[in-house]
Amino acid sequence: MKTLKIMCLYPNEMNIYGDHGNLLTLQKRAQWHGFETEYIQHEPDKPLDTTADIIIGGGGQDSGQDKIQADLLKNGAVLRQLAADGVPMLMICGLYQLFGHYFETHAGHHIDGIGLFDAWTKAGPTRLIGNVITETELGEIIGYENHSGLTHLNKNQSAFGRVIKGAGNNGADGTEGARRYNVFGSYLHGPILPKNPLLADELIKIAATNKFGKFTPRKIDDCLARQARNIAATRPR
Amino acid sequence: MNKSAVIIGKLVRALSRLRGGGSALPGLVVEKIDPNFMVDVLRKLPYGVAVVSGTNGKTTTTKIAADLLKSQGLRVFTNKTGSNFTRGVVSAMLGDIKNFKFDFDIAVLELDEAHAVKFVEQVRPNYALLLNVLRDQLDRFGEIDKTAKLLAEVAKNTAKIVVLNREDPLVAAISCCLPRSIKVVNYGYVPKLAGFFPNDDELHSGVGKLKKSSAKADVELKSFTDSHAVFEINGRNYSTEIAISGAHNLFNAAGALALVRAIFGSKTDDKKLTKSLRKVEPAFGRGEKLLINQTPIELILVKNPAGFRLSLKSQYSAAADVLIAINDHYADGRDMSWLWDVDFRTLKSVGVVSGIRAYDMALRLKYDDVKIGLVESDFKKAVKEFLSQNSRQPKQIFCTYTAMLTIRKILSKLDKVERAL
Repeated sequence: MKTLKIMCLYPNEMNIYGDHGNLLTLQKRAQWHGFETEYIQHEPDKPLDTTADIIIGGGGQDSGQDKIQADLLKNGAVLRQLAADGVPMLMICGLYQLFGHYFETHAGHHIDGIGLFDAWTKAGPTRLIGNVITETELGEIIGYENHSGLTHLNKNQSAFGRVIKGAGNNGADGTEGARRYNVFGSYLHGPILPKNPLLADELIKIAATNKFGKFTPRKIDDCLARQARNIAATRPR
Repeated sequence: MNKSAVIIGKLVRALSRLRGGGSALPGLVVEKIDPNFMVDVLRKLPYGVAVVSGTNGKTTTTKIAADLLKSQGLRVFTNKTGSNFTRGVVSAMLGDIKNFKFDFDIAVLELDEAHAVKFVEQVRPNYALLLNVLRDQLDRFGEIDKTAKLLAEVAKNTAKIVVLNREDPLVAAISCCLPRSIKVVNYGYVPKLAGFFPNDDELHSGVGKLKKSSAKADVELKSFTDSHAVFEINGRNYSTEIAISGAHNLFNAAGALALVRAIFGSKTDDKKLTKSLRKVEPAFGRGEKLLINQTPIELILVKNPAGFRLSLKSQYSAAADVLIAINDHYADGRDMSWLWDVDFRTLKSVGVVSGIRAYDMALRLKYDDVKIGLVESDFKKAVKEFLSQNSRQPKQIFCTYTAMLTIRKILSKLDKVERAL
């Protein structure tokens, strides 16, 4: 049996709202596509396992981010190399921000990120909260955003999607998230993967192709996900 | 008392009731006429005000505390409507003012964290009972560290005694930053019951990371069955029959007992007080048991991951048919993410999934391999179908706040709703 290793970065500190659902969705769908899965939990100050096939991370409270920041910076070069090697990653909210160059707080302090995305984030005046729909290369993505940081992509950094409904990266330029190599960054909770199986399957496809040379998807009944998407798209912001 | 404010307030109240309108408007009008109305009236109560706050269990605990105080002979005012704004409190007060008299000994008020801070700035309560800080609808409340700070503010503005949940590290930590003039009393449970109370952190790692408090508890939940509970109070065990169920509700009862003991001090008759729990029924929709066409139905309100997990752990019965109804109105929380922080694998199967976000819930259950009978967003159809499956078989309905209101209305039209106890 072929095994895919799924690693979650800092699941205890960065799991603020339903991020666990992304892990569960990858595990189940990988199994439905015929793989076994192994779960790797990366904790601060433990060595980073570089054999992971998919890496995911979520959002956290300010106190959670403080606890993981040093460890993340220490592993920045390794993560950038893994990304350049094509390892698929999905970073939501707080870790999406720290995968950019820095986060500037209200007081003007810079919290350094690992600069995997050519992007930077500044604390904003209000929280951007509500249902979101974006258009991406993979198709329409549906989720829920809840962030006060405003993320700006530099010229050469492509967005993950364009906002159809909602605020996105900064509420001004119509971009949402970022994509570089096979690394996806996004503000979308919901969590993002269960209601967007095409993104979950994309991560699995890349991981399987990297490891085994090819990926033959199996038919999965996504009727419930489709219905949930249809309803979510009609709900008020 | 400002009589013209009362007259106009009562008039608005009567009119908005005729229209079936919201419960806060009369209070809003009174506050406009007389901004000091609430403060003036509440200040005259002989025992003053007790505030109950925290993420989960406010309504249940407030009701238990109010019922216990009544059983000890006090005239108790409480904000049953659950509207947490000060204007909601004023609206409730209007209903209980007779001949321009507010004839009560004490007010026991349920206030959510943010409103509690605003309230205690106006009315300094004599007592505060602080329950827990759990991850709630983050789209409404922001971060939990912030919520903990709000509760600490409530504690600091309390005049006499603060009652704290020893088992919640964020609540227990409040005791260290209070002025000496405020007395702290704790309630808790014995270590062997810890398995009934998972916390947010445990979902992911299996261990809580914040250190548990070792403070002595004034009231401790010791053991329980479906029909009895034992509390240790001041070193002695007291057993009582109970009408409420679920470990978390009995733990709320421990908090309420500690609050009542704080209010009565050494005059408390602990035996009589504990025995009074026998007659305390669950609050509206919170483990409330109804009998419809001879089918026992339990309504269980779920609002956030911790509450849903606790309910599945301590109230779910594998013998019962289950309906889950999830709405996403403002009062329920618009973001569905929270459903993914609940472990549903303990459910054998779910008969019907309903609510505006029925399909989100169904999708969640699919990823936990829980079998579903029917997904039906329409409440009327869902309830009808649910009741027709295995009639007379006990049923449990887990629902968000606005879903609970709708379902209760539908049930009450089907048959005379009898409280089954």
